[in-house]
Amino acid sequence: MAFSLPDEVLEHVFSFIQSDKDRNAVSMVCKPWYEIERWCRRKIFIGNCYAVSPRIVIRRFPEVRSIELKGKPHFADFNLVPDGWGGYVLPWIAEMAGAYPWLEEIRLKRMVVTDECLELIAKSFKNFKVLVLFSCEGFSTDGLAAIAASCTNLRELDLRESDVDDLGGHWLSHFPETYTSLVSLNISCLGSDEVSLSALERLVGRCTNLRTLRLNRAVPLDKIANILGRAPQLVDFGTGTYGADLQLEVFSNLAGAFSSCKELRSLSGFWDVVPAYLPAIYPAFSRLTSLNLSYATIQSPDLIKLLRHCPSLQRLLVLDYIEDSGLEALASSCKDLEELRVFPSDPFGVEPNVSLTEQGLVSVCLACPKLQSVLYFCRRMSNMALVTIAQNRPNLTRFRLCIIEPRTADYLTLEPLDVGFGAIVEHCKDLRRLSLSGLLTDRVFEYIGRYAKKLEMLSVAFAGESDLGLHHVLSGCESLRKLEIRDCPFGDKALLANAAKLETMRSLWMSSCSVSFGACKLLGQKMPRLNVEVIDESGPPDSRPDSCPVDKLYIYRSVAGPRFDMPPFVCTMDEDSALPVS
Amino acid sequence: MSSENGKLLPETDAGGLNFEATELTLGLPGESRVTSDGVAKLGSKRGFSETVDLSLGDNKNTNKFGQSQIDVPEAAKSPVSKAQVVGWPPVRGYAKRRTKSCKYVKVAVDGAPYLRKVDLEMYNTYQQLLTSLEDMFSCFTIRNYLSDKKLDQVNGIEYVPTYEDKDGDWMLVGDVPWQMFVESCKRLRLMKSSEAVGLAPRTPPKCSSAS
Repeated sequence: MAFSLPDEVLEHVFSFIQSDKDRNAVSMVCKPWYEIERWCRRKIFIGNCYAVSPRIVIRRFPEVRSIELKGKPHFADFNLVPDGWGGYVLPWIAEMAGAYPWLEEIRLKRMVVTDECLELIAKSFKNFKVLVLFSCEGFSTDGLAAIAASCTNLRELDLRESDVDDLGGHWLSHFPETYTSLVSLNISCLGSDEVSLSALERLVGRCTNLRTLRLNRAVPLDKIANILGRAPQLVDFGTGTYGADLQLEVFSNLAGAFSSCKELRSLSGFWDVVPAYLPAIYPAFSRLTSLNLSYATIQSPDLIKLLRHCPSLQRLLVLDYIEDSGLEALASSCKDLEELRVFPSDPFGVEPNVSLTEQGLVSVCLACPKLQSVLYFCRRMSNMALVTIAQNRPNLTRFRLCIIEPRTADYLTLEPLDVGFGAIVEHCKDLRRLSLSGLLTDRVFEYIGRYAKKLEMLSVAFAGESDLGLHHVLSGCESLRKLEIRDCPFGDKALLANAAKLETMRSLWMSSCSVSFGACKLLGQKMPRLNVEVIDESGPPDSRPDSCPVDKLYIYRSVAGPRFDMPPFVCTMDEDSALPVS
Repeated sequence: MSSENGKLLPETDAGGLNFEATELTLGLPGESRVTSDGVAKLGSKRGFSETVDLSLGDNKNTNKFGQSQIDVPEAAKSPVSKAQVVGWPPVRGYAKRRTKSCKYVKVAVDGAPYLRKVDLEMYNTYQQLLTSLEDMFSCFTIRNYLSDKKLDQVNGIEYVPTYEDKDGDWMLVGDVPWQMFVESCKRLRLMKSSEAVGLAPRTPPKCSSAS
């Protein structure tokens, strides 16, 4: 008889294993371990809500306390996914309401959440603690009111970047006066008048464990001191509007309030900035590790002054008003910098409105030894700059470069940027995420396929010359999970030749490429565990000839089969669609 | 830059604005963004007198995310700027939010032959707005109640900034908090001081930047 540890001991051991990957590995050791593990798994992450059904999840994991779901493809952020595509969370909530009465946490990203969902959550989960709606839509302040009124154990309410319908009704006032357990509140996405200030102040005052508070633009500058005064223990604060006509009293109140917040490590918000008010925060800046100025129209000289006060900064999000000069100042002031994101202030302008070039990025990459994550919008780039970055920062794990004009060549040599990006993937051996831009031939994909062995997510636009490009990526990138492509001359051959690879990935998005209907049908037919969805707003796909290119294509692996909630402009290619239309 | 399959125009969906390449519009008056205290400078502004002889041919380039105004010299070179490609550059909703509230109101000046328009969302304070109006109507003088000092008089006529609010009443600019003003303002009128009889001088603000 084989020796084995008692179940309770195994379960105790497993309780120290938190990561999904490790848990999955544990469950595959043997059947008894699978059984024990599934009964004690408390946290589930589902990267594509259509990859599995609620029923399957509930059947396998009966005691879940925390669930995270993602819905729409990433390119939905840029309006490439039409409204009504899907990503509805209601079926999940409805099933979990019955199966998981002790559910505590729901985290959703890019999903459609209705007031009905929120009301169901409020009603069904007595110990509900965490609601994070990241980039979601479909709900209103009525739904929020239901959550506020019923979830007496709520710790976290985070609506980051969601689209909320303002129906008035002072939803914040629905938190009962006895409610004090709030730890984190992020309402920065709410519009103008959706929050009652007095209710907010009272809520903040009585929730002594509040650590994160991110206000929305409607909260005026002169209210901040009062709010901070009630929550000096805050670690993460997002201002509302940070501008007003300069008044000494307001300024000194602000300065006092900020210097009392000794735990403050992260700041954001800063809409409508009046730079004269920035010095009020200088005392708090020295302890800051994270600063999000991506809404702030602050010019480079003011930014330079500001950054000198932030030696501990690890994370900076900023607009390109920072310019090369500001980035040089950043490079010399902030040696602990790990993440930098520079957004375009005028993304649709034809001419550059600021003096920000590849030099700014290079200076930061050269001087900040801990830099791992970069998102950078600019208007020119060179292979030389990319090679310099690659050689000096081999520890980069995320590199997303957006040269604003598609197919922009190396401005020094007029060559494609293949060599530059090639250097990035060759030197940065732990690179997990990469976004390409500029003029690129198939060669860059050859480099990526050869070197980018840890790459998990790749975004490609206006690049490549032939199917070979796609083939290099699909055949070479062993760790690839998500691939999103737009406006590239990639067609049927590479896709069909690498069909099996698609089952090892979460998803593939291709839009405005050269994949034909025929190939989609074939793929759908041959690969039953893939959902091959064609999105075409101009009409039903079955009336098209097989050679016609599809507009948008979204392929993902699934054990749940084709979905049933597709709008008319989405069609799953499977065995049925291969039948001839009479 | 058009996309691979020749599509030039962005899709028109429920919330989107149609591409206005073929629209006939008036001459480009120039930027109305302020340079003074830190708000982004974009291109040249043109004073009132400079616009009088302007020829036609505007190309306000609008898109789903809001306005993207173009310099006059640039516009003259390329009447239609590059076609907007859907979803490019890949900027998230933040761009939408930054430019979404775009509030253009008409500005009338007593005695001027035609009106101008300003985007109130471009400014964060009254000071910025008034400075911009000064530039736009450079031959006039605007009485600045906020700093309570007269501006340099060019031709000796002073103007009082007033606005029409949601209720249809004509109000003196400067009494209410800036954001509230932006929301309720329907149009602006620079009224000749001599006509502003009956408008009591505004009580000085609690504390001005001068003190």
